Amino acid sequence: MDFATVVFIQVMYAVATLALISVGLAIIFGMMRVINFAHGEFLMLGGYAVVLPVQAGVNLWVAMLIIAPITVGLFGVIIERLIIRPLYGRIVETVLATWGLSLLMIGLASAWIGFYQAGAAPPFGSVQIGSYREGLYTFFVIGVTALILAGVYGFLRHTRFGLIALGTMQNPAMAAALGVNVSRVYAVTFGLGAALSGLAGAILAPISGVLPVIGITYIAKAFITVISGGATVLAGTIAASALFGTVSQLVTYLSTVIIGEVALLAVAIVLLRLLPEGITGRFSRGGL
Amino acid sequence: MSHPIARRAFLNASLAGAAAAVVPRLSWAQASGKIRIGTILDLSGPLQPFGTQKKRCLDLAIDELNAKGGLLGQQLELISYDSQSNNQLFAQFATQLALKDKVSVVHAGLQSSSREVIRPIFRRANMLYFYNTPYEGGVCDRNTFNTGTTPGQLLANLLPHMIKNHGKNIYVLAADYNFGQLSEKWTRKLASDLGAKVIASEFFPLDVAQFGPTINKIQAAKPDFIVNTFVGPAHASFYGQWTAAGMKKQIPIASQTFGEAGEVVRMPPEVSDGIVVCYNYLDEIDSPANAAFLQRFQAKFGNDYGYIGDLAVAEYQGIMLWAEAVKKAGKLNREDVIKAMGSGLAISGPSGRVVVDPITHHCVFDMYLAVAGTDKRFKILQKFDQVKPTNPNNVCNLVKNPNTNQQFEPTKL
Repeated sequence: MDFATVVFIQVMYAVATLALISVGLAIIFGMMRVINFAHGEFLMLGGYAVVLPVQAGVNLWVAMLIIAPITVGLFGVIIERLIIRPLYGRIVETVLATWGLSLLMIGLASAWIGFYQAGAAPPFGSVQIGSYREGLYTFFVIGVTALILAGVYGFLRHTRFGLIALGTMQNPAMAAALGVNVSRVYAVTFGLGAALSGLAGAILAPISGVLPVIGITYIAKAFITVISGGATVLAGTIAASALFGTVSQLVTYLSTVIIGEVALLAVAIVLLRLLPEGITGRFSRGGL
Repeated sequence: MSHPIARRAFLNASLAGAAAAVVPRLSWAQASGKIRIGTILDLSGPLQPFGTQKKRCLDLAIDELNAKGGLLGQQLELISYDSQSNNQLFAQFATQLALKDKVSVVHAGLQSSSREVIRPIFRRANMLYFYNTPYEGGVCDRNTFNTGTTPGQLLANLLPHMIKNHGKNIYVLAADYNFGQLSEKWTRKLASDLGAKVIASEFFPLDVAQFGPTINKIQAAKPDFIVNTFVGPAHASFYGQWTAAGMKKQIPIASQTFGEAGEVVRMPPEVSDGIVVCYNYLDEIDSPANAAFLQRFQAKFGNDYGYIGDLAVAEYQGIMLWAEAVKKAGKLNREDVIKAMGSGLAISGPSGRVVVDPITHHCVFDMYLAVAGTDKRFKILQKFDQVKPTNPNNVCNLVKNPNTNQQFEPTKL
């Protein structure tokens, strides 16, 4: 029984971390169709936006929940203005530009911060579940991810700006004709995606550590999740995270981590063979 | 702005031209009349934290030799390639070093997988090769000198301490490639020699960063301690998750790799303190030789150099051993240098006395058992003097059988 409980918690946690590292990419890639190869480095930047203030004496929660998303969000707005804007609709050039950005960010972080930056310790204690122990931070990650997803849904569905953003992504020419400042909407949406990536990197920093090269750990899984999710960005990302997280974690418990990773990739391949447009590709486009 | 496409095409073409112009730069070195030393290290990608400090140690060693007039009256020069954490590039650059750059010696490689890519290339090309990294041991190849620690030096001193203090049931966590796999086999063998036993082992590809199920499996198995062979930034996530799960005070950890990439200064003490390691070199070694070395390192690379560690210092000692052999031989030629290396050659390095073992082409040196403290430093618990490398049953004997080209494993003994 206690084993079933910890397995359930870990499956929820795997689903939550996949959704967490993917949600920023879901907005930037899923909604805006910008292939952001620097997504992993946005997460890395979010991690440093926690670790550096904490080392300077700032409260962990202030750094994690406020400083990190704002810093990376603003960084995203600047990057959109300088690099992404001239390249909308030009997929190959965007890939090259964001890949270059990724290398640049790793290089700058290595040069300025280096590999010896002290990290932040994981907060909270742990609870005993039968003969197992689970960190309370695990529950925090699950809870905060649910809140982030609900918040993004509410923002895009129930606020004026959210609706305008959705409309603009569907048909920018029509939105412009209706008087929407399209370039501003693009900038803010990109910034929102970046802020969510920063927040994700910040939340994972205390338990995963931060290094200039940590982004590589996240990027492949984030892209697999968002691509498999399909056209409806939020529902798709949640569905894909749920599927991949559950399969990989259950297989890991039954066999080994290696087979768990193989299972995740196998499911993704089969899924994209059967549903080339992703899980939600057949549903209405432009929905959430 | 009327022809943005044409302008871009022009820019692209001129960039390509600029890139092409950079390529021939690599061959200038051939005309310089200096002694060339080749290296291939991971200076970017996930393994960059290891490669960067190894490269610094190579640079420092070569600078110091040059400041003393070089070798055989010639200055030394490092030809360095960045393998970008990619084993395919190791093959390419090794071929380049052996056939095009024609260096005098190569000091290269980090992961055992990369070593096994380049070792055969250098052997075939008769290019003297130094592998300066702690590894799983057993390489028996006359063309190769292994100056890093082996399980007979590391695990054989780490395990008795853990077994004596904590118990006999061991849980092994290891990277899923030859270094982790063979280290696990050595752990099994050495544990059974000590009357202990490995109750379970798990292997992790290098990009695994989520250890929840593993931590649950360890909780169910209730080992007396853990031995890990983690490699790279993703695996380092284990320590934070282990602490978050409240396990740090429950089951102690001994590591074959912790601290090799500055973990001890990077991780919060809440996460790292109590982890036990055993290395040939630690920055904390209290000796005049090490104090002088740290001072020179600091003078060259600044106060915030981080943590040097055993993995990086092996490069420094590797260069110094080779330089000593060249001085002794009076020639650069591979055969003469190998003979000089096999003549009981020794240097006094930052870790103390390092002696080349002519039988196995490994090194005999001091080992230090240490534990990570709450002050982000290792505390040295014990010193083992002049420990011999792994060579059970003397299976490797390059003096008697110079043509051996094999890596001996515990199961094949």
